[in-house]
Amino acid sequence: MTTHPIANIRNFSIVAHIDHGKSTLADRLIQTTGGLAERDMVEQVLDSMEIERERGITIKAQTVRLDYKAKDGKTYILNLMDTPGHVDFAYEVSRSLAACEGSLLVVDASQGVEAQTLANVYHALDAGHEIVPVLNKIDLPAAEPDRIKQQIEDVIGLDASNAVPISAKTGLGIPDVLEAIVTRLPPPKGDETAPLKALLVDSWYDSYLGVVVLVRVIDGSLRKGQKIMMMGADAHYDIDRIGVFRPKMESVETLGPGEVGFITAQIKQVADTRVGDTITDEKRHCAEALPGFKPAQPVVFCGLFPVDAADFEELRAAMGKLRLNDASFSYEMESSAALGFGFRCGFLGLLHLEIIQERLHREFNLDLIATAPSVIYKIHMTNGDVFEMHNPVDMPDVVKIDHIEEPWIRATILTPDDYLGAVLKLCQDRRGTQVDLNYVGKRAMVTYDLPLNEVVFDFYDRLKSISKGYASFDYAITDYREGDLVKMNILVNAEPVDALSMLVHRTRADSRGRSMVEKLKELIPPHMFQIPIQAAIGAKIIARETVRALRKDVTAKCYGGDATRKRKLLEKQKEGKKRMRQFGKVEIPQEAFIAALKMDS
Amino acid sequence: MASIHPPRIDPGFGVYVHWPFCLSKCPYCDFNSHVRRNPIDEERYVEAFQVEIAHRAKLTRSRKVASVFFGGGTPSLMKPQTVEAILRSIADHWAIEPNAEITLEANPSSVEADRFRGYRAAGVNRVSLGVQALNDADLRALGRLHNREEALAALSTAVSIFDRASFDLIYARPGQTVDQWRRELGEALILAPEHLSLYQLTIEPDTMFERLERAGKLSLPTVDTQRDLWEATQDMMGKAGMPAYEISNHARPGAESRHNLIYWRYGEYVGIGPGAHGRVVGPKGRRAQATEKHPEMWLTCVETEGHGLVEDEALSIEEQGDEFLLMGLRLTEGIDPGRFQALTGKSLAPSRVADLIAHGLVEYTREGRLRVSAEGFPVLDAVVADLAA
Repeated sequence: MTTHPIANIRNFSIVAHIDHGKSTLADRLIQTTGGLAERDMVEQVLDSMEIERERGITIKAQTVRLDYKAKDGKTYILNLMDTPGHVDFAYEVSRSLAACEGSLLVVDASQGVEAQTLANVYHALDAGHEIVPVLNKIDLPAAEPDRIKQQIEDVIGLDASNAVPISAKTGLGIPDVLEAIVTRLPPPKGDETAPLKALLVDSWYDSYLGVVVLVRVIDGSLRKGQKIMMMGADAHYDIDRIGVFRPKMESVETLGPGEVGFITAQIKQVADTRVGDTITDEKRHCAEALPGFKPAQPVVFCGLFPVDAADFEELRAAMGKLRLNDASFSYEMESSAALGFGFRCGFLGLLHLEIIQERLHREFNLDLIATAPSVIYKIHMTNGDVFEMHNPVDMPDVVKIDHIEEPWIRATILTPDDYLGAVLKLCQDRRGTQVDLNYVGKRAMVTYDLPLNEVVFDFYDRLKSISKGYASFDYAITDYREGDLVKMNILVNAEPVDALSMLVHRTRADSRGRSMVEKLKELIPPHMFQIPIQAAIGAKIIARETVRALRKDVTAKCYGGDATRKRKLLEKQKEGKKRMRQFGKVEIPQEAFIAALKMDS
Repeated sequence: MASIHPPRIDPGFGVYVHWPFCLSKCPYCDFNSHVRRNPIDEERYVEAFQVEIAHRAKLTRSRKVASVFFGGGTPSLMKPQTVEAILRSIADHWAIEPNAEITLEANPSSVEADRFRGYRAAGVNRVSLGVQALNDADLRALGRLHNREEALAALSTAVSIFDRASFDLIYARPGQTVDQWRRELGEALILAPEHLSLYQLTIEPDTMFERLERAGKLSLPTVDTQRDLWEATQDMMGKAGMPAYEISNHARPGAESRHNLIYWRYGEYVGIGPGAHGRVVGPKGRRAQATEKHPEMWLTCVETEGHGLVEDEALSIEEQGDEFLLMGLRLTEGIDPGRFQALTGKSLAPSRVADLIAHGLVEYTREGRLRVSAEGFPVLDAVVADLAA
């Protein structure tokens, strides 16, 4: 079997906001080209992780090869590359886009362009993509294709006059999409005779095959048994298996220029493969590696502790397993006076954090307490040293600190006009500075510079709630800026609880401290003595509440010598105590940690 | 009259007899009580009681009965002959201490008061009347079938017939204020024979009151008022010379319920009848026993199996330690830490005891007993949970 004529290959991705129908369109394309028998269709074929399907997000890049006989009589190979759609995975997105020449921009014909769509379409334009706009859900009564076309032109600056109107749900317009892919997107370019040069798009761990690597061949070809080298990781492997996804794995002999497929090569863990790396022939190197390679860098950190201390080893094993499949997630052991042994973990962003936490819970059945998310602060010491701090516990003595820098982001928020006031206030409250504000039809597009530490703290939840879910949000880290940051400690019964300490901006300390102690007051059950709860910066108490002592807790009557019933109640009570964290003389239920750290400021 | 003398190794042996029927179910009650439209075949029950007594006596033949307690349900619905037959059967199987306490719980209605003489003749020497309130409105709210006048009449009949009498009141009722309660308790003290049980109303699962509370139709006193009601109770009872000897029980010195002391001092007792509990020490240690709760099923059980036990399990040392603490700490005499050690093979966690002492919630007596302080009693369950943890 020879490689396919490069002129008959089209590699494309789909750019869309969550819910705008990306997965449904992908399903439809697979179905129409006969990639999957009807009985094998499950909804959202490409989102294979349970959590992906449930949340309508894609975490891992995936691909499917479709054979399409076009109206011109020729058979084309279409490679649909499904990319992670979330800002946390921006780097992965950029690598997936680099493997394609064009994109379908799917926009809901009634809702229009969202912040996330905008960010991703710019990524696609940056990658040099040809873009075909697709208006989805035109069968709905609320669809306004003309208005949305205008919006695409106004906001993105794309010619939307020949946007393809479809309904992915009913199948309407799907043949037109396939024709547009063939006629409007360019074929890849590549030299079959040149030394092998392939892009490592993504990789994941498969319990049967080991690490599966998704590749896009640029020049040369990949063959079974070939000795390859990963240039960035400087690692050498023999290719065991080579193939394509239809969407089931199917072996092929070779992959030529422009083709997308997978290889396996006795690679032990995903961490050995780096997204964006260049794969070449061990003996016949390509002249230079592909541009843009960079290792994943966690930006958000938090401590994860087992609710039941006995689960620590299980948690360690689970983290190891997750790490096999997710090199962007990092962890190291940590111990906390309040929470015992756990791990300090690094994530690409808040969604990534949430996903990992949820997978630990779901796939490994572990109950966890997560400490307040932290960003990486750059601590400039008076002696000139600079170090990166991602755990408030590591904060040095303040007299030795010259100043602290924190990461800032540029956020783009799209919101219906009605909620603009509330959105602006939220950004202002979070120390934001407005960069831009303009209107896209009836919707406002706000650009703000914000400190990331204000955003990791429930910003997204607040945004959703003040806009009744209508505002959409996207961000990119821009730079580090000096900030007047202080470490706020929470003291329960006069003892600092390390898991609750956090770095906050001085101007925000009072309100954050107050709401924290107020919340804890509600969450810590009354004890037999009163418990002061304080927020403090250094020795200065900035907020204080008191949990009153228990007033009444008595079983008035014991019925006829029935000690069993009372004993059962006592056993339940003792069981409940076990689920609390003994802190000095105070027992803090783990729900208190979870809820206090989730709080709304 | 035997006086309360704490450091006794053997708290005595008692027999509890459960009569599971009532004329109506009170809205706060979660005890094993049942209402039957048709008359109860008491003769059949008597035979079943006799079978159970014989069964229980096999394990405890050598014990001397210090106390018998008829509880319910409403034992005063039994015919005096029934009570007499049961007591005779008990005497046939065990030796009875000469001044044994024989208590019967009774409702203070006129019908039942008419039977008091019969009970006296059968051998009952102490009654405990379920008065619960001294005003008609609250009696109705508590679902009681008697009124104030009947209660007072029944009480005076009881006092004239029995050597010893006690009555129960429930406080912290919906809408009750501290002043109202002080007045009512003052009146109770004038009537008070030698013993009063004063129970704070607690809302138990699967009761009418619980349903009302969930529906927001029950205005219970706030926790602070409950605490104030508690303080007022302790204050008045102390001044009247009837301090609490157990968290909800008050007596003139020497007039304590010996039967209930057996429970609280973690002694041995057998339970006869539907839904009755026992604690007996067998060759392999202390056992927890309980009988079938449903009356008719209990009957069938006893008639076919020779006993109504549905539970008869050895208690682990942890369970024994828990029960010892939760029963014993209800008493103002407290517990003997040495006995805890003997039961469980370990001592109470010194740091926990020290913390509780520092907070003024427990204290050591001069005799080295550990007891809950006046400050600790209102939060007894939390203190016990802390010590038992």
